[in-house]
Amino acid sequence: MTAANPSGRRGASTFVAWIGLLFLLLPIAVVVPVSFTPNRYLSLPVDGWSLRHYEAIVSEAAWRNSIGDSLLVGASATVIAVVLGTLCAVGCWRISSRLSEVMRFLMLAPIIVPSIVHALGFYQAWVQVGLIDTYAGLIIAHALKGLPYVVISVSASLANFDLRLEQAARNLGATVTQAMYRVVVPCIRPGILAGAVFAFITSWDELVVTMFITSRRVYTLPKKIWDGIQDNISPSVAAMATVLIVVTLIGIVAHLLTSRRRQDAT
Amino acid sequence: MERDHATRTYWIFILIPLAVLTAFYFYPLAKVLWLSVTVPTPGFGNYEKLLSSTAIHNIMLTTLRIGVITTALSLVIGYAIAYAMLQAPPERRVWMLFIVLLSFWLSVLVRGFAWLTLLQSRGLVNTALMEMGLIDTPLPLVRNELGVVIGMVHYLIPYAVLPIFANMQGIDSRLVPAARGLGASRFTAFWRVFLPLSMPGIISAGILLFIFSLGFYITPALLGGGKTVMIAEYVAVQIMEALNWGTGSMLAVTLLVGVIALLAAVSRFANLREVFGAKS
Repeated sequence: MTAANPSGRRGASTFVAWIGLLFLLLPIAVVVPVSFTPNRYLSLPVDGWSLRHYEAIVSEAAWRNSIGDSLLVGASATVIAVVLGTLCAVGCWRISSRLSEVMRFLMLAPIIVPSIVHALGFYQAWVQVGLIDTYAGLIIAHALKGLPYVVISVSASLANFDLRLEQAARNLGATVTQAMYRVVVPCIRPGILAGAVFAFITSWDELVVTMFITSRRVYTLPKKIWDGIQDNISPSVAAMATVLIVVTLIGIVAHLLTSRRRQDAT
Repeated sequence: MERDHATRTYWIFILIPLAVLTAFYFYPLAKVLWLSVTVPTPGFGNYEKLLSSTAIHNIMLTTLRIGVITTALSLVIGYAIAYAMLQAPPERRVWMLFIVLLSFWLSVLVRGFAWLTLLQSRGLVNTALMEMGLIDTPLPLVRNELGVVIGMVHYLIPYAVLPIFANMQGIDSRLVPAARGLGASRFTAFWRVFLPLSMPGIISAGILLFIFSLGFYITPALLGGGKTVMIAEYVAVQIMEALNWGTGSMLAVTLLVGVIALLAAVSRFANLREVFGAKS
């Protein structure tokens, strides 16, 4: 690309680009060292470092339980979102009429509608049926927030899937469900997987709806971090943040490596 | 007969998620709409506040102003990053993409926390500046509009880079050299050839960013410190603290209508499914 496009304005725009990238890295560059401070307040570890804040997040039951709640809610919401989203994407793909176009658009609603708006709605509806501060209530809400991502990514991988394969399976005697399980789903597995990752992360990082429909019983990690920031900012939040940064880092490296391998394979 | 049966099964595939979405998503949204015209008294009393209440005017102005500022800044920085990525050798491009993705996937709370650590009055920046003797009193870097803008721009930059970069990759890389060969200066070749070709990417990213910025809650709540309040936080305060469901739901509906109206306006000249990444 450099050789093909030598005439760009290198100086000024490259400078802005690198400033922008450094700006993107700045929060990480701050949180990681702060998490190793030996002090009880937020500071850089100038005179020595310590792991006490990591010990705190391991030993404190509140941190451990919040991670457990987030994993439970995230995993359950992901399963629901994947099942519903895949059904919807396959149905729309097979039927493809104007109505299924409308359907696919309706499915996008949870991405388009601002969080605060559906947070109010969930609260009002959940009060009515007693789902406030229950796992079921939060799982349903998070599943619906993750649903659009599954529909989008499964639809994208169906676009490259040959319709005749499914028809062939059925001509050979498979029922619709068999053809779905044994032919369609294995072929669109990358799309389903990508949708599942999106849905899980959506739930894992969700706070606005969680704040409205849970209080004490269901207490997710974002809620714990939020309370940790509001009350008194202790460096244990920085330790937790560092753990999350490392997890994110591993996820992206894994993603870049697998996508590179896939490129090499083709 | 067999075909009919299959078609029926696929309709059931569609109808199950539709039923769930209707019961657990659209019904709750309808409740918000309903509340906004029935609480505390039936009628459009809540909506009259859109015209009469100065507090609400200020909130809306703050929201729009921050939306415009953050969208513009994120577009400029995002465009520069995307452009640098396009021209970088593959090795370096992967690193740049890595930084963008890392920040794209990083928890919004982690970032808000990091900015507080850096910018608050006893934060790292102010402490460093005071120890160096450059300032006597801490600079007001956060819990104001500046803090909100910094946090939001940081959040939005990856959302600008990714679609703009995707769009730039689709531009024929021979066009700029052709313009140069025909005598255009570097600047002219960029300004008259490359920039117009990358305009669709800028416009759809810009719209997405602006719509997105209007509904921000966590970042302004953390970094605005209750002084710079955007509409989503104001709605939450109306409901959680003032228990004022009438005003809260009315503003939520107004926000939603605004977002839908913007999208409808956009759909005239941009493919929405592309904007939302459905085709990527």
